[in-house]
Amino acid sequence: MTALLHVDNISKRFGGFIALDGVELIVQPGERLGLIGPNGSGKSTLVNCICGTLQNESGTVRFNGHVVDGLAAHQRTHRGIARSFQLPRPFHSMTLADNLRIPLLYTVHARSGPLRSTGDLDARCHELLEMVGLAKKGNQMPRDLTQVEMRKLELARAVAAEPKLLIADESMAGLSHSEIEDILTLLVRLNERGITVILIEHIMSAVMSFSQRLAVLVSGKKIADGKPEDVVRDPEVVRAYLGQ
Amino acid sequence: MNRVNTAKFSLIAIAIGAAVMAFAHWFHVDYLFFASYTILQFIVLGTAWNILGGYCGYVNFGSAAFFAMGAYSSVFMHKFYPLPIPVLILIGAIVCGIAGLGMGYLTLRLRGSFFAIATLALAVVLQTLVVNWEYVGGSRGAYIIRPENLEFAGITINYIEYLFALMLALAVIALATARVIERSQLGFGFATIRDDELAAEACGVPTLRLKLIATTLSGAFMGMAGAPFPYYIGYLQPSSAFGLEYAVNSIAMPMIGGTTSWVGPLIGAILLGSAQQYATVTISSAVNLLIVGLMLVAFVIIAPNGLIGLVQEHLRARRKP
Repeated sequence: MTALLHVDNISKRFGGFIALDGVELIVQPGERLGLIGPNGSGKSTLVNCICGTLQNESGTVRFNGHVVDGLAAHQRTHRGIARSFQLPRPFHSMTLADNLRIPLLYTVHARSGPLRSTGDLDARCHELLEMVGLAKKGNQMPRDLTQVEMRKLELARAVAAEPKLLIADESMAGLSHSEIEDILTLLVRLNERGITVILIEHIMSAVMSFSQRLAVLVSGKKIADGKPEDVVRDPEVVRAYLGQ
Repeated sequence: MNRVNTAKFSLIAIAIGAAVMAFAHWFHVDYLFFASYTILQFIVLGTAWNILGGYCGYVNFGSAAFFAMGAYSSVFMHKFYPLPIPVLILIGAIVCGIAGLGMGYLTLRLRGSFFAIATLALAVVLQTLVVNWEYVGGSRGAYIIRPENLEFAGITINYIEYLFALMLALAVIALATARVIERSQLGFGFATIRDDELAAEACGVPTLRLKLIATTLSGAFMGMAGAPFPYYIGYLQPSSAFGLEYAVNSIAMPMIGGTTSWVGPLIGAILLGSAQQYATVTISSAVNLLIVGLMLVAFVIIAPNGLIGLVQEHLRARRKP
């Protein structure tokens, strides 16, 4: 089985600061991977390099067997990489339904030809809203949403692009217990539909219950990668998180 | 369905314009043609500005440069090989569309005020270029003698009426284009750029390509507005073609009307344009910019989303309780 995502020895620096230093990461199709690390360890930079928001300086990113280095973010979205942002970034001037219409129009259309009629588009938007429990709010604006609804919209918009790989960047930060459960159930359901998920999170209980495999980034280097229960007992990981 | 609506829309717009034209023609009010021409010209300029500034959120301070480029491409052709004005409009559109594309490539990596400054710089560079170009008149300016009448298929048309009709057609084309864009996939894409470019890319929107489409379209329409100008004014000099009033008006009109819809620039241009014409006749032409300035300040404070925004808010407030 070839890997869905192969991050091969990539590095990224900002001026004198090395954000990523030879990171290697392989994700198999259908996997649920947790990615953790202290603040400033390079998690978001890694996500940005995978999604094309930033370009890695050395190494290669391979997705679905193809090298995607140099491709712009929207081209990678067309190939099947979708992401949610750490801080939700909805399109403020559009209704929730229109927010979801964008990836449908620009990614799903572009990929499989304009086969959807206006009716199909509306139906698909509604289906997505239903999936995240926002069906009644399709005509509202993002500013009317609560924090957890905003996160759900963010995930729904990422899923609307019908991705092979979904990267959820801290989609649970600042949420309550039951809200975290909500999001987790949603992510697991997406995974069951065949979407590979990378979850970046600080909330350990959520990461532990979700992930089949756990990778740890510290200061731009990957220091551990394996079964979640083994990784959290790794002395190096404990040292990075708790200090000596 | 959309196409039918667009056709209907164009017909209504032409009918209104024709009514104004018939009125002025029967009462032999040449001044009405002169004044309406200016307002129509600002409708085109405001709409063109709005495609980039309102829909995509990129503020262009260099409208005057595109307008002047359109005007000077006509002067150049007039000297080089005289052609009918509709062809000159087409040439102006091509020249300015290419210039818009080039400007886009050079400056669209800049955001916010940096983009605005870059477009302002473009205007200064172009003006310097024209001032030093003898062929199109340099700093002395260029005379274009406007014929009294136009003979066309045996009918004699008053030249100013001809120019008015051309500008009317341009305004209809510009408004119809803006309206179609607004309701299309392209318009949705433009709005995502205005809202959040990073999120737009993540949704698969090719933001750079869309921005280039916007700068090209916007530039082309500004060029079209400028192309007949030398024939209208009769004497074109750099300081008038690159005048501050074009840059300021093409921003102020959409802002006052509302930038999110094609109606905004239309209302803004009619309102501001008429006020300026009125002031020119009754007080002095120097009051023009003062009026624009005062109205812009007032609107930024009272109605930051323009008249359209004011109406929308009002409707929403009435629907809610």
